[in-house]
Amino acid sequence: MEYINLVFEEVYKILFLLVPVLVSVAMIVWLDRRVWAFVQKRQGPNVVGPFGLLQSLADALKYIFKEIIIPASSNKIIFILAPIITMTLALIAWAVIPFGEDQVLANINVGILYIFAVSSLGVYGIIMGGWASNSKYPFLGSIRSAAQMVSYEVSIGIIIINVLLCVGSLNLSDIVLAQKNIWFIVPLFPMFVIFFISALAETNRPPFDLPEAEAELVAGYQTEYSGMMYAMFWLGEYANILLMCALGSILFLGGWLSPIDLYPFNLIPGAIWLILKILLLFILFALVKAVVPRYRYDQLMRLGWKIFLPFSLTYVVLTASYLFYFNLLPTL
Amino acid sequence: MVAHAIFFYVFSIIAVISAIMVTVSKNTVHSVFFLILDFISISCLFIMIGAEFLGMIMLIVYVGAVAVLFLFVVMMLNVAQQKNQWFNSESTTSSHIPVGLIISTIIFFELIIVVGGWKYKPELSNPNTTQSSNEISNTHSLGQVLYTDYIHIFQISGMILLIAMIGAIVLTYRRREGLKTQSYLKQISRERSEGIEVLEVQSNKGVKIDD
Repeated sequence: MEYINLVFEEVYKILFLLVPVLVSVAMIVWLDRRVWAFVQKRQGPNVVGPFGLLQSLADALKYIFKEIIIPASSNKIIFILAPIITMTLALIAWAVIPFGEDQVLANINVGILYIFAVSSLGVYGIIMGGWASNSKYPFLGSIRSAAQMVSYEVSIGIIIINVLLCVGSLNLSDIVLAQKNIWFIVPLFPMFVIFFISALAETNRPPFDLPEAEAELVAGYQTEYSGMMYAMFWLGEYANILLMCALGSILFLGGWLSPIDLYPFNLIPGAIWLILKILLLFILFALVKAVVPRYRYDQLMRLGWKIFLPFSLTYVVLTASYLFYFNLLPTL
Repeated sequence: MVAHAIFFYVFSIIAVISAIMVTVSKNTVHSVFFLILDFISISCLFIMIGAEFLGMIMLIVYVGAVAVLFLFVVMMLNVAQQKNQWFNSESTTSSHIPVGLIISTIIFFELIIVVGGWKYKPELSNPNTTQSSNEISNTHSLGQVLYTDYIHIFQISGMILLIAMIGAIVLTYRRREGLKTQSYLKQISRERSEGIEVLEVQSNKGVKIDD
């Protein structure tokens, strides 16, 4: 009986985390479209609900009632598995994100590696979807995406090494607590810029949205998907974007810590600060989408391998030497 | 403890079945997917014995990078068709099967020798000493021996990987003739005066542009 209670408690915790994440995914889609529209001097979705806030829910309802079409020549099991995998992977990574001191679902020692592993698995949803569709454009899209995500993971990994050198722990809560004196965005500002750009590439956001470049590949790996399965791809994609924003704010912007450690700001709970930082990063994501034109494929590869990789490797050496010389290396 | 046992058996059964399915399944792409499932369940087993760092690195390196490239190659090459040709061709007896059989028997006997002569260090089989203290995490203790006691082996394995990478590039790289490349420096450093020339054009005469 005790055991069952324990299981129920965990289930409540998980629901308490996942339901807000899913709702905020819907809100974030609305925000994305709104910001995009304002940059282009349009109104954006403003009809359904106050300020158009319920537009995403209306869209979701539309997707639910649409028919799911499975192409006759597709590989049916993998075709159905692909969006499920994308969405599951985007959601399970939230288990280790700390929203405050001890406010985390699973406070594991290798939290950052877990997020890195889950985000590197995310490519399978796209590859499987593209391959199982048994059609040219989805296949081209999935192959592009595989190469792109593998390339940019390398630079994200090296950026994470930079942060870990300053922290001395793989635990996400320790990473946040190590920024009590100074946020890592100050000493590691170039790494923050590279992390932001790599996160754009990792989540297939414009200007790196080559896997679904509509001008060349119809909709890339999503071409054959319809109804709820398309909506799941779309949910997973935005949950991944939110996750990358959360990771960026934990690694560089001090996570749940308040920017000024003074009286009125201390009272605001850490979760609010984290959400504000995530929103700030997401608005930057949305602005980039509106401002920058799409990269060509060889330019994308060149940026990843010839510029980001050597630069971030050099920065690892610099950070390590600095910490070693001034005897600042974290101890156990 | 019961839950622990249940999870262990679930993961190991999945690992064994997917390992069998890698060799049995007809479709090569399905084989790679089963291989990925195998990797994932084995990394779950690693995490269950407390080797969380190894489990995560297994996920990142094998599943996140190696298997993606594997899948990439298998999808592009259409290996399934080729394999059918190997086994179904009636005119020539396939030369691949005997080689494969010889190699697999050698590996099988090697495995038997290794497993038969397997012996744990006495302090490892004693459960009291294997319980590492909670203060030092798995990753820390790994780092403490990796960069001190085993530094040379670690460096040599890094060198081997580097040489393998350079070798692969040297073997596959070929310089193609007539390749047009873009020089970013040249494009950026272009001035207006070099690109545009304003000419006075008289009517009915035109101008001659040298090119």
